[in-house]
Amino acid sequence: MRGAFGSLCAASLLAICIACAPATPPVVVHDAAMAPQRLSEWGVVFADGDYLRINDGVTPYDLNTPLFSDYAQKLRTVWLPPGTQAEYRDQGPFEFPVGTIISKTFHYRYESSDKNAGASIVLVVGDGEVMLDERDRLALDEYHLVETRLLVRYAEGWKAFPYIWNAAQTDATLEVAGDIRPYRYVRDGGVASEFNYVVPDANQCSGCHAVDHSSKAIEPIGPRAWQLDRDYRYQGIVRKQLTHWLDTGIIDRVPANLPRGANWLHPGDASLEDRTKAYLDVNCAHCHNAVGAADTSGLDLDLGNPVGRSYGICKPPVAVGRGSGDRPFDIYPGRPDESILLYRMQHSDPAIAMPELGRSLVHDEGVHTVREWIASLDGDC
Amino acid sequence: MRTKPAIASLVTLAVLVSACSQEQKQQPAASSAYQKELQTQLIMAQPGDVITIPAGVHEMNRSLSLNVSGVTLRGEGMDRSILSFKNQVQGAEGLLVNASDFTIEDLAIEDTAGDGLKINEGRNIVIRRVRTEWTNGPDERNGAYGIYPVQTQNVLLEECVAIAASDAGIYVGQSHNVVVRNNVAEYNVAGIEIENTTNADVYGNRATNNTGGILVFNMPDLPQPGHSTRVYRNTIVANNTDNFGAAGTPVASVPAGSGIVIYANDRIEVFDNDIADNDTANIIIGSYYATGNEWNRELASGYDPYPETIYIHGNRFSGGGSSPDGLDLKALKLAKFGLNGSFPDVLWDGFVNSANVDENGHLLPEYAICLDNGDSELLNVDLGNDSENIVIGGPEHACSHTRLPPVVLEPPLG
Repeated sequence: MRGAFGSLCAASLLAICIACAPATPPVVVHDAAMAPQRLSEWGVVFADGDYLRINDGVTPYDLNTPLFSDYAQKLRTVWLPPGTQAEYRDQGPFEFPVGTIISKTFHYRYESSDKNAGASIVLVVGDGEVMLDERDRLALDEYHLVETRLLVRYAEGWKAFPYIWNAAQTDATLEVAGDIRPYRYVRDGGVASEFNYVVPDANQCSGCHAVDHSSKAIEPIGPRAWQLDRDYRYQGIVRKQLTHWLDTGIIDRVPANLPRGANWLHPGDASLEDRTKAYLDVNCAHCHNAVGAADTSGLDLDLGNPVGRSYGICKPPVAVGRGSGDRPFDIYPGRPDESILLYRMQHSDPAIAMPELGRSLVHDEGVHTVREWIASLDGDC
Repeated sequence: MRTKPAIASLVTLAVLVSACSQEQKQQPAASSAYQKELQTQLIMAQPGDVITIPAGVHEMNRSLSLNVSGVTLRGEGMDRSILSFKNQVQGAEGLLVNASDFTIEDLAIEDTAGDGLKINEGRNIVIRRVRTEWTNGPDERNGAYGIYPVQTQNVLLEECVAIAASDAGIYVGQSHNVVVRNNVAEYNVAGIEIENTTNADVYGNRATNNTGGILVFNMPDLPQPGHSTRVYRNTIVANNTDNFGAAGTPVASVPAGSGIVIYANDRIEVFDNDIADNDTANIIIGSYYATGNEWNRELASGYDPYPETIYIHGNRFSGGGSSPDGLDLKALKLAKFGLNGSFPDVLWDGFVNSANVDENGHLLPEYAICLDNGDSELLNVDLGNDSENIVIGGPEHACSHTRLPPVVLEPPLG
């Protein structure tokens, strides 16, 4: 495998030398120990200050129920080495071949078109879909790029690389120590407020992506069957995502019967409970699963765990610290305001907030959905 | 062990500084160059590295974390090398370690938003001469735990100082084979807490001015129940600080003035301690039912709520029990012992597992609560019957158990 990378790298060096030419250089899988300082050297996404572009052969995708990250919009892409395929899995992420690069670019819409306002730029937050134009570009007079995270599959496993975009929005720089970005934002046309957008450091990538805390192996979380089973707009044309992946050879097969999942924001598609379970799975179960970092709490919010005691129903807290809010149970059926789970979603104080990483703002829509669901539960403790 | 050449970190620093120069103006003031350097050292660490923390107060505004095994983190002394998280905006702890073969020594972690030092899953852990402190003193808004190894095995925690945690200063959870010795815990809600842990030796520690001095707990709904803890040769004096735990946490129900609290745990041996002037009682033994029945309508499956096989012997008691915390206990003390009287050295809530008792309702010998400590007495508070029949324990408590074996750290640490 290393040999193959070696030749890829050599090819890329050549390509970069002639990158001044208009043709886009190819995607390059760099050696894990030699990750380039600039995002552009991977050749997955590029920006020139006017547009963010996706390279040829790189496929954008979206999820039914994404992780909440301070209302950032996320452009996701996947690239597989030519001639390789991912293996379909019913449960868990698909098995991607060595050399796969998954990217996620966090961005926000500008409140006004004055993107040159420097530190005083104001961003808009909301549960907006990623809006690529008909050429699969993101217009940078409308959108502000914050960071791009790469997950790269090597023979020894996945590695994560966080890149932070420059002020000119022309490239992003590798920053293993992460960053804190103070921004101003507005919601629904309201008054601008301030928040700290926290770019995770490289260790914190495993805070979510090492779903098994004992093996500590990191892996992608999103690209699994129930999450990808939705439409996507490809250069303006809407198709079923998994059909597109099959047709373009990204994946080896797609069975007729896919596992059930839910788009948490589409009440027509699934029950309140299914939508809530999807939301809690994506936002909590990377730690709160049977082998996760938060198995120390005994709370398991994995989609596959039935709604019972270990799902939080009538479960008293353990090492909760200030997170209990004087509430007796994680989930108190019928009583959202006596449920610890909701309390921790409603706060941003690091000693209280859940998830512990990646959230400085309260996700009002998530709180609303979980509140509705807890209120709908029958029974007592 | 090899020490990472200093030049490597200098190079890293130079790269980082140059890479970020155009973004510098956006950094909040607390995000110092040293924070980035230390974070980077931790992220890029290789097994065998020794990362040194120079003397000074180092401001940190985000959590630090270490995911690589075999690393040593070393300061120049718990009062010289200080990581201060006073302005922390992100992270549920100061330093989070997800790694084995880890040693941390001679530094302080101050004023974190959440926990101070958390070690989540790992073997062969040494925590030595580390101070965790909230410098404003007891406050409900302080972080929960000072030093917090959880799901760890083979752990040595020695000569540390833990001050003003709003839960436990030193908290060992769901762990196996643990030695906690010669530490100082003061002004925490719980000084030292051993929870759902098997084979722990707690000795030579000083716990004073906490709400409760040393706690040995078992909580429900966790992967591992605990048993077999020895608490010996400690000094557990005047733990009378008002409970400042956040309402709703388990320790918020610990009465101020508790010396040692044994809660729903089994096979506990308490001996050769100096225990004095803990105003509720020098030792409290309680079941899960002691903390309010409304929580207990349905027990977690497999959970044993009763403290059993408890052996208290050869301790030196003085004072204590003269001014219990909470109206119920105050009234009870007044009714039974008068205004100037005191509770005996040991209070027990009186709940027993009906499957483990003889025809008189006393615990069978193997499960008994044994007090073999001179003229010290045990008071059965009969909490299950609304304290209708409060009695000084009879001969069923004049017993002994087989001594617990010492914890053997393997491989040896230290």
